[in-house]
Amino acid sequence: MLNRKDILETIQMIDQQHLDIRTITMGISLLSCARSDPRAACDAIYDKITRYAEKLVKTGEDIEREFGIPIVNKRISVTPIALVAAASETEDYVPFAAALDKAAKTTGVNFIGGFSALVQKGMTDADRRLIAAIPEALATTDLVCSSVNVGSTKAGINMDAVALMGRTIKAAAERTADRGGFGCAKLVVFCNAVEDNPFMAGAFHGVGEAEKVINVGVSGPGVVHHALQAVKGAPFDVVAETIKKTAFRITRMGQLVAQEASRRLDTPFGIVDLSLAPTPAIGDSVARILEEMGLEVCGTHGTTAALALLNDAVKKGGVMASSSVGGLSGAFIPVSEDEGMIAAAASGALTLDKLEAMTCVCSVGLDMIAVPGDTPAETLSAIIADEAAIGMVNTKTTAVRIIPAPGCRVGDTVEFGGLLGSAPVQAVHPFSAKAFVDRGGRIPAPMHSLKN
Amino acid sequence: MKAIVTVIGKDRVGIIASVCGKLSQHNVNILDISQTILQDYFTMIMLVDTAKCELPFTELARQLEQAGKEQNLSIRIQREDIFNAMHRI
Repeated sequence: MLNRKDILETIQMIDQQHLDIRTITMGISLLSCARSDPRAACDAIYDKITRYAEKLVKTGEDIEREFGIPIVNKRISVTPIALVAAASETEDYVPFAAALDKAAKTTGVNFIGGFSALVQKGMTDADRRLIAAIPEALATTDLVCSSVNVGSTKAGINMDAVALMGRTIKAAAERTADRGGFGCAKLVVFCNAVEDNPFMAGAFHGVGEAEKVINVGVSGPGVVHHALQAVKGAPFDVVAETIKKTAFRITRMGQLVAQEASRRLDTPFGIVDLSLAPTPAIGDSVARILEEMGLEVCGTHGTTAALALLNDAVKKGGVMASSSVGGLSGAFIPVSEDEGMIAAAASGALTLDKLEAMTCVCSVGLDMIAVPGDTPAETLSAIIADEAAIGMVNTKTTAVRIIPAPGCRVGDTVEFGGLLGSAPVQAVHPFSAKAFVDRGGRIPAPMHSLKN
Repeated sequence: MKAIVTVIGKDRVGIIASVCGKLSQHNVNILDISQTILQDYFTMIMLVDTAKCELPFTELARQLEQAGKEQNLSIRIQREDIFNAMHRI
């Protein structure tokens, strides 16, 4: 029989340390739904999603009960809509978002991602139409998430798209001003976007993917934090080893759930994304892990090194535990969704500049950060360009999910509620980057993109 | 299918009897029991076989949880696989 200690440890992880499966995400290809009549295309999209994902939520709930492990979200990701809608004779892409929203509500999932465009090298007419529809689409739907990939290590950075996205983020915030600019919480600007990411708001089903696929995202910052409390004062080798062991266990559980979900839904298993994804709940924070390593508060000197160690150890521990690791895999640092980050930002210890440095070594980028509502679009674009440059040069995914909260100033707090939490409004540099952003064109790919 | 039942709560007379009664009522066979008192808390772990149980697993889990609540105990049943995955290579 299993060791009593092991069994109780697992139960304690679930009960007290917020161990959970963060998401089961079904990726669905919508390439077969392209129609010249936009209404027929929307109908085809709705039909296909509701057919494929009919049992997704029920299956997730069954697995949750049988294994006794919470599965927080059930989600759907679809082919970037700009590719599907390109065949339709219409200028207005908002109805496609409405079709996704309706399908998400019918299937009962928490979010649907893929109102997206991939424009790292150039924009098609369809990409332009999609980006133009984003503010309206995010304001008029509840569950649709949008993402735009503006750069890659192979292609460089599309600065026209970067400029456009700065304006789009502003428009999305203004269009949802009554909800603190909530539309921007569902919009991610990527560099090196991955095609099998199960996490929102940046999930989409890449064109290189199968007809349908199950991707699972595991979480557990609280478990890592708890494990580190047992090795107070120990050298970093011990810290790394402890994190690796913990990540291994968490990922094994994710792998088990992924295989079970894949079998029951008769859908191929894609990847396990082993990301430490925090929530606003006490004891579920990535910032607190960094502080446990010896930092007085997250954001002080040493934070980047601590995060680098954490991110690497999580990957090393997880990679052997799953037959296929993918997605973003690492540690997330969304400010509004992490109780420790919120506290650090509110105290002034964690600034936008430090967060940018941290994104060089974590799995994604500037995430869920609120800035003053009067921040110019060009400044947002420049922030995006900085992040994209970090991603492009370091061959990693970076992203920007930033909220210029309408009517808010530095020191205010924006409430989003639920898993999205609340964000203290943080200062941006007051100096202009307008002439820089106005140049447009493309920043060439770095030397090391020429690997062939 | 093998599963692990864990019962945790304040110690008192008759916990084992009531949990075992509930399991036998639904034709769940107990393969192994380990029980101890940890800091005044009654902690019991059972390995059970649910192959002949007439209820669906999720319903059995719900009923045990409900029975636990009535007696101020935490009773849960989880498939053995999850523990094997986390603690065995």
